Amino acid sequence: MKNVIFAGVGGQGVILASKVLMEVAMNAGYDVKESEVHGMAQRGGSVDCNVRYGDRVFSPLIPKEEADFIVSLELLEVMRKLEYLAPDGKLIVNREKVDPAPVQTGAMQYPSDLEEWVGKNVKNAIFVDTDPILKEVGTRKALNIVMLGILSRDLEFTEAQWEAAIKSLVKEKFVEMNLKAFKMGRDYK
Amino acid sequence: MEKKVLLGNEAIARGAYEAGCHVATAYPGTPSTEILETIARDYRDIKSQWSPNEKVALEVAAGASVAGGRALAAMKHVGLNVAADPLFTFSYTGVNGGFVIINADDPSAWSSQNEQDNRHLARAAKVPMLEPSSPQECKDFTKLAFELSEQFDRPVIVRITTRIAHSQGIVEILPKDNVPVKPFVRNFQKYVMLPVHARPRHVFIEEQHKKLKDYSNMSSLNRIEWGGKKRGIITDSVAYQYVKEVCPDDSVLKIGMVWPMPDEKIREFAAGVEKLCVVEELDPFIEDYVKALGIPCTGKDIIPICFELTPEIVDQALNGKAHPGKYPKYDTSPIPPRPPALCKGCPHGFVFTVLGKLDLNVNGDIGCYTLAALPPYSAMHTQGCMGAGIGMHLGMEKAHGPEMARKSVAVIGDSTFIHSGITPLIDLVYNKGTGTVIILDNRGTAMTGHQEHPATGHTLMGEETHALDLEMLVKACGVKRVVVTDPKNMDEFERIVREEVAAPEPSVIISLRKCILMK
Repeated sequence: MKNVIFAGVGGQGVILASKVLMEVAMNAGYDVKESEVHGMAQRGGSVDCNVRYGDRVFSPLIPKEEADFIVSLELLEVMRKLEYLAPDGKLIVNREKVDPAPVQTGAMQYPSDLEEWVGKNVKNAIFVDTDPILKEVGTRKALNIVMLGILSRDLEFTEAQWEAAIKSLVKEKFVEMNLKAFKMGRDYK
Repeated sequence: MEKKVLLGNEAIARGAYEAGCHVATAYPGTPSTEILETIARDYRDIKSQWSPNEKVALEVAAGASVAGGRALAAMKHVGLNVAADPLFTFSYTGVNGGFVIINADDPSAWSSQNEQDNRHLARAAKVPMLEPSSPQECKDFTKLAFELSEQFDRPVIVRITTRIAHSQGIVEILPKDNVPVKPFVRNFQKYVMLPVHARPRHVFIEEQHKKLKDYSNMSSLNRIEWGGKKRGIITDSVAYQYVKEVCPDDSVLKIGMVWPMPDEKIREFAAGVEKLCVVEELDPFIEDYVKALGIPCTGKDIIPICFELTPEIVDQALNGKAHPGKYPKYDTSPIPPRPPALCKGCPHGFVFTVLGKLDLNVNGDIGCYTLAALPPYSAMHTQGCMGAGIGMHLGMEKAHGPEMARKSVAVIGDSTFIHSGITPLIDLVYNKGTGTVIILDNRGTAMTGHQEHPATGHTLMGEETHALDLEMLVKACGVKRVVVTDPKNMDEFERIVREEVAAPEPSVIISLRKCILMK
């Protein structure tokens, strides 16, 4: 079984990213489950999706210490999920910061040493500069698919499988943009 | 066979469609909202509607059922409190076309004012209740609920929880059963609950209850999965999935029909294992039942009664296995939280800035604006359920005298006012209150995702319709002082609030500004 957590803040497209992964996994013949958050918790809050696929999946929630990947669309959001990472799991983190309300009001500081700390304490982590990629794609909305492209390099599915899933889930006029975003993520160095 | 990844709520909508459901009603409420949104979007041959509140939603569905159609009403757990009055009596009348109520509980109160366990309501209302544990079961159980409803002449509740409603999984897609609408047959002994009719109907439903108990014992809804005999676990809803994950070798009795309970199957299961354990979220509903059968078991002595379960909690309780997290905790500086907050430019922000500045007692209600109880506004002091703020506002004045109304207001949303704010406003006028009510009219049901309501001029299915005029409505309740104003002009808004609160007669301020997130 593979366990993937997508983390971010409301509006970053965490749910679509997990939907694409689920579609790919289902079409590859796996059982798939996912859990997500709606409602009041979404209002400017932290959002995460748990995606699990394998021969048979019971719980839609990933237990602590069992996430093979945590894909975080925002820098500090990854820290809230760290206890879920498996000992040999991997972090894929967007370097972008979205200031939480207490930082905006000056009541708290955005931690400045996160990347350094992760580098020292987590065996397997990459930090991504999505900014130049998103500029080239032409929209910041593609962040979720860029991050999915980066994740895809570590999963078993072919590029064609991913593209088919994106095509089936994204509105037609956004397909080309998302395919480009996915490709740029997949080719990220 | 075609397969799709669906959300639990989408799978319920699909189940209603495949069952040939004719009419579907709801009032929006997390975690149930997507059921009707999916029906209105994808299954347009079902007549679907937002009702003003859950009581009306349930009554419209009951009417559709009595008339011979298959009908579904969906609501969150606290919505079933609002609809409890018709529920308890339509339990007596029974159905004509299948009548299914989807009830969405919210363990952990992710988006609710409490975490009540509505399995108790099935028992209290004497209505059968099914509990799916996956999206596939959401679809299957919804379809089956329509069949059972017609077979046993009972409304049937399908109870989901947040983790069921908002989890996705693979669902097999089947074609729709084209079920015709049956004729309406007058039968006043069945459909008019005079005492003289209610008494024999009570006898009838107790007989049906026995038949349903037989069904519960026989049905694969309640399923024994034999494994090791050292320990047997009785479990329901999403807890079943956690048990299967962390106790793969134990025997399991999966409860898919939680009311009536399958006594014989419980006895058989208990006799086949050395140790019996009940794993369920919230109250010890199954546990108490098992113990009342005279069967000893563990349950809430090791499984928490508060908040939703997780695989780790079950693993810790049953297997003594801790899940501390293998990586060290980051502790150089605190991670700033992202508490839910009013959006930048939210009309409620202007209102609560003014109410905070005037230091008024604010009787609140259910909606995004409940967040104004928190900093930076800290301008709400009571809140219980939809509509409560206005009644409480009057009660405070009754306790302390009119001077209390000079330093207090009630606030309520537009959708919420229509849901259950009108009757307490009538009470405020009727019983000579002098308080001020502020209707926070942001032109939609914002908290749950901007659903239409009777004052927006549009239906769930996207048709234009009469738009309820809140100003006229409030005046018809007998309120003479009514002001409609845009709160963005905070100086003007403050002046109006001061003036209306000071006036020794009932007043309503309609604070009109569209939600910032609405197009």
